[in-house]
Amino acid sequence: MTYSKLPDPERLAAGILRRERAAVASGLNLLDNKLPAARQCAIRLLACLSGERWLNEGHLVGVTGPPGAGKSSLVSALIREWRRAERTVGVLAVDPSSRPELGGGALLGDRIRIKTQSHDEGLFIRSLATRNQLGGVATEVWPMSWLMLACFDIVVIETVGVGQTEIDIAEISDTVCYVAQPGSGDTIQYLKSGIIEIPDIFAVNKSDLGAPARKTAAEISRSASRPDRREDWDYPVCLVSAATAAGMRPFHDHFARHREFLRDAGLLAPLRARHQCAWVVRLLQEEFGTFGLQLAGGRSAIEQRLSETRSGQFEEYERMREHILSRLLSVNQPTV
Amino acid sequence: MVATRNNRDQPWLMRTYSGHSSARASNALYRTNLAKGQTGLSVAFDLPTQTGYDADSPLARGEVGKVGVPISHIEDMSQLFDQIPLDRMNTSMTINATAAWLLALYIGLAQRRGIDPKTLSGTTQNDIIKEYLSRGTYIYPPAPSMRLIADTINYTVKHVPKWNPTNICSYHLQEAGATPVQELAYALCTGMAVLDRVRASGEIRAEEFPQVVERISFFVNAGMRFVEECCKLRAFGEMWDALTLSRYGVEDPKLRRFRYGVQVNSLGLTEAQPENNVQRIVLEMLAVVLSKRARARAIQLPAWNEAMGLPRPWDQQWALRMQQVMAFETDLLEYEDILDGSPVIAAKVKELVDGARREIDNVEAQGGIIAAIESGYIKRELVSSHMNRLRAIEAGEMKIIGVNCFQETAESPLTGGSDGAIMKTDPAAERDQIERLQAHRRARNEADVRAALQALGDAARSTENIMPSSIRCALAGVTTGEWGDTLRNAFGEFRPPTGIDIAIDRRELLGKKDQVSDLRQRVASTGSELGRPLKLLVGKPGLDGHSNGAEQVAVKARDVGFEVVYDGIRLTPQQIAQAAQEEGVHLVGLSILSGSHMELVESVIEELRARDLADLPVIAGGIIPPADAAKLVEMGVRAVYTPKDFNLNTIMADIVDVIRAGNGLTRLGLLH
Repeated sequence: MTYSKLPDPERLAAGILRRERAAVASGLNLLDNKLPAARQCAIRLLACLSGERWLNEGHLVGVTGPPGAGKSSLVSALIREWRRAERTVGVLAVDPSSRPELGGGALLGDRIRIKTQSHDEGLFIRSLATRNQLGGVATEVWPMSWLMLACFDIVVIETVGVGQTEIDIAEISDTVCYVAQPGSGDTIQYLKSGIIEIPDIFAVNKSDLGAPARKTAAEISRSASRPDRREDWDYPVCLVSAATAAGMRPFHDHFARHREFLRDAGLLAPLRARHQCAWVVRLLQEEFGTFGLQLAGGRSAIEQRLSETRSGQFEEYERMREHILSRLLSVNQPTV
Repeated sequence: MVATRNNRDQPWLMRTYSGHSSARASNALYRTNLAKGQTGLSVAFDLPTQTGYDADSPLARGEVGKVGVPISHIEDMSQLFDQIPLDRMNTSMTINATAAWLLALYIGLAQRRGIDPKTLSGTTQNDIIKEYLSRGTYIYPPAPSMRLIADTINYTVKHVPKWNPTNICSYHLQEAGATPVQELAYALCTGMAVLDRVRASGEIRAEEFPQVVERISFFVNAGMRFVEECCKLRAFGEMWDALTLSRYGVEDPKLRRFRYGVQVNSLGLTEAQPENNVQRIVLEMLAVVLSKRARARAIQLPAWNEAMGLPRPWDQQWALRMQQVMAFETDLLEYEDILDGSPVIAAKVKELVDGARREIDNVEAQGGIIAAIESGYIKRELVSSHMNRLRAIEAGEMKIIGVNCFQETAESPLTGGSDGAIMKTDPAAERDQIERLQAHRRARNEADVRAALQALGDAARSTENIMPSSIRCALAGVTTGEWGDTLRNAFGEFRPPTGIDIAIDRRELLGKKDQVSDLRQRVASTGSELGRPLKLLVGKPGLDGHSNGAEQVAVKARDVGFEVVYDGIRLTPQQIAQAAQEEGVHLVGLSILSGSHMELVESVIEELRARDLADLPVIAGGIIPPADAAKLVEMGVRAVYTPKDFNLNTIMADIVDVIRAGNGLTRLGLLH
């Protein structure tokens, strides 16, 4: 996309809200674009799309877990259930990039593992590379998931769990699902090392393996009882098999149940506002560092201002960005 | 004058892999070939037949009669073998996922002609396992695929005893990049998996099991390193003998013989100076006939122009004459094994056997060949070996005359003809086949068809052998697509791992010219100029499963910094266009080797246009004759690559420039 081809954000937003696939695709391309003009355009697109819907509607689901645990086949089975209930689904499938000194390329192979039918207008899959951003999720995933939330009932973000990823995924999703590899003691040790508090739903896939899967599920149940987290949520541990569809229905039902729980407890809107805020801080920090955040009044002041604006966060972000830029330029003025 | 000895050995079966357009046209070709001294038939089926679709299925568009003959029902089979005596013919069928069905049609036809199936001899390839690794005409998941193989074995051992129900293939593994050790190991692992499955079915009594072992035959490849290849075949013989004795307790050494047929290597045939392929083919054949103890039972040779397109009858005749010269003019068949006692050969054989044993142990430790395929291990190993081969060619470490050395050539009178020196399939074949199929559907008894399909579905869902109900379907006039769909409903469909998730090879960074660093720089800077990293969709439209080229392009593109979307084989143009849109790619690369590039590329371009993506650059690669390439470019394709474009770095630099040009940036030109 060159300068001349940048879309008109208002018209693009209207197309996205009408759920036009071409508009969704073009909007995602725009959010991925790092050219200065495209960034301006992207912020305007996000501003056009934002609204109360982003705080109250739809469902953002994060699915993570170690490689080989069968995340894609589980996601595929979940999608089948959602589609059967005539819910539309957008998927962001995140795969690792190679290291920059090895070219930074990536193989994005999740589409075919997720895909359920040859052609389905109610399903949209965009694959993304991690692009080595601190080992976690690429910054683009936040706005892309919001764009999808504007036009799909359910948005699924699928990533390989590597520590930082789980932490990031909890800063994007309403509901985090961790898919564990059965019979792997490593999984438990890994979970205990600091991320066990993150998932809302646990799935032990390949339950057809029998005893090893049951053992892993029992170990997670023991470790995951966290009464200090959200009261009234039970952190279910599900034995499922994507291959035989065993346990899929109750597993699937937990997602809707968790969303209802968040809404009824009045947690959903604040959670999403906090996620938007976390993304803005992250963007500012990525561009200007801790020093830049200080110039804008420090992290807590930024969070305060963002939480006051609620649905106008993107304009607020742009204002803060320009503020920091002007302060930086004045700081760098030679003091003669 | 030296007289030839009288007690010469019998020569091997001589075949030519052929079939095209229609049953009628193929029948005429077979009868001509037999008149020229060919001693057996080798049937090539088109891709819809191989993947269980009828000619009028949307997925079959452009593929009917292209790479082989379309067989949709028993009347097609009858026409294919018109005036050919089934009880005296030895027929090899290259058929896998639908092998049980084509065998049922053959047996059904014999029954209709009053011929006892016990007199039928021939081979169904029926090695569905290797289809997951190479060639790609699988349909069903591994477990039901193994069951289909076992069912055909159990049935033929009892009812068609001279038939070779499965031909375990190392051939396609070599085409996919396998080293001799990998070929030995994976083929023998497949052999074990098949025999284990048959034993587990409980249909064969223990004392009859050695007869089953005897019916297992192999289909092997032979490449240019003919000394090593000859040793590989001796190693196969030794290992099969030891394995069938120790694992299956076969006491009679005759039943432990490694019986195999051969098609020599197509991977090494070149589009540049194609006449050199003649000596390549002859040398490759030498590997499989030289050692009497390890001599092939049946040979089919590719034609000299296979890298350019489909061979004409004259090209196939030339391939047959190579075999006849070897068998009848040389003194090869007058001697006992001429390699016995050579310490050099013995040492090489031992090296291969030891290597293969280690790899077999490795695969067995992972739970056997099926588990190692499902985990993606074997496919990754093959993709990696193939990548090493291509890197060696690019670096000039592996010399290929006319390709990466001695490229100078005078104009060839062989390729100068008006037909482009290749066979053109009948463009009306698809329409004719569809008309014939629809007339057949109208003429048959619907009640019989429905009852036969019901019985087939019931058999599939139970443990009953699939063959009797398939033969009933054949006689009732069921079509290939109906048989395929009935089993799809019972078994489901399957997509194996693509194997392209191999580690990046760091050795490239050490290269002197360092084209890779240059490329990475170009990919990165072009991505920066466009605002986001370059993203590429590698698509394989149609039914063609030859994915090696697509896989190598995908891996290479990742290595030089592209974000690559590759969804595997057998996608519809609609799926490819939809993926291009959803993924927001900068370029779509299509790989098509089945000869249906004109129809498929056009469909993809139409689908892209329907999605407002008319400006998205499309490139195409495959066995595409120059005249077609020109038409594709006219259609809007930005670049066409054929087997002579072996240098992947050059292709990558070109792709970057196609993207740059499409976005109003200046081209960066050739790599230094």
